[in-house]
Amino acid sequence: MSRRRLLHGPLDAQRAIAAVSQPDRGAVALFVGVVRDHDGGRVVAALEYTAYEPMAERELAEILDAARARFDVAVEAEHRLGRLLVGDAAVVVAAAHSHRAPAFDACRWVIDELKGRVPIWKRQEFLDGEPEWVHPGSERQDERAGPETARSMPASVRTRAEAGTVPKRDRQISSS
Amino acid sequence: MTVDVLLFAAYAEVLGRERLSLVMPASTTAGDVLRAVLELAGERPLPPSPLLAVNERYAPSGQALLPGDLVAIIPPVAGG
Repeated sequence: MSRRRLLHGPLDAQRAIAAVSQPDRGAVALFVGVVRDHDGGRVVAALEYTAYEPMAERELAEILDAARARFDVAVEAEHRLGRLLVGDAAVVVAAAHSHRAPAFDACRWVIDELKGRVPIWKRQEFLDGEPEWVHPGSERQDERAGPETARSMPASVRTRAEAGTVPKRDRQISSS
Repeated sequence: MTVDVLLFAAYAEVLGRERLSLVMPASTTAGDVLRAVLELAGERPLPPSPLLAVNERYAPSGQALLPGDLVAIIPPVAGG
């Protein structure tokens, strides 16, 4: 796989748009995920993103291939790694189609899949205390996010888990 | 056999390193490796329910390991 989508420098939404634009594609949907200044009532100063880079690159490439097949779109995505400040773009997704509905749908599907299964993690630095890793589903974060998020897995990983290629999260093992 | 294990995020922080080499019995699964890592962590709290990857692909915990396989513990991801 040649194209790198995990970048250690600033993202460029215009570059993502250019990568998917063609004269016959009249609709380009763009999603930009930006570091926000709060989480769970605390003030966030910065985020540090890390990844299992070779696996994350491959998972993201597979998500984009699946989106192209599913929505018949041109689509690209980039994710930034390293230390980001409030207002910095962490992720960009651009999807293009001749009409807007598939472009919006693909854009949303890609960001949802990315958040669910690409091995990227973030450590939040707060103004009022120790930094902490964000691990959706862990006890402390469940209290903030609501109980229904505790066992959520993206549909694609769940489907693969049911097919036996990906394990369901095994509470028995992890709590022993 | 010796199994190399990659740790990330809270797992790397709690264990104090990003890579481990574990000596495991000849017949070992990815889930066995996770159990060994959790034993090393002892009482220190770790995010529950990690997924496992073998050679950079998600793998079921029952997957049997071959010599040279690279196992990664994937705690709940948080990209985006």
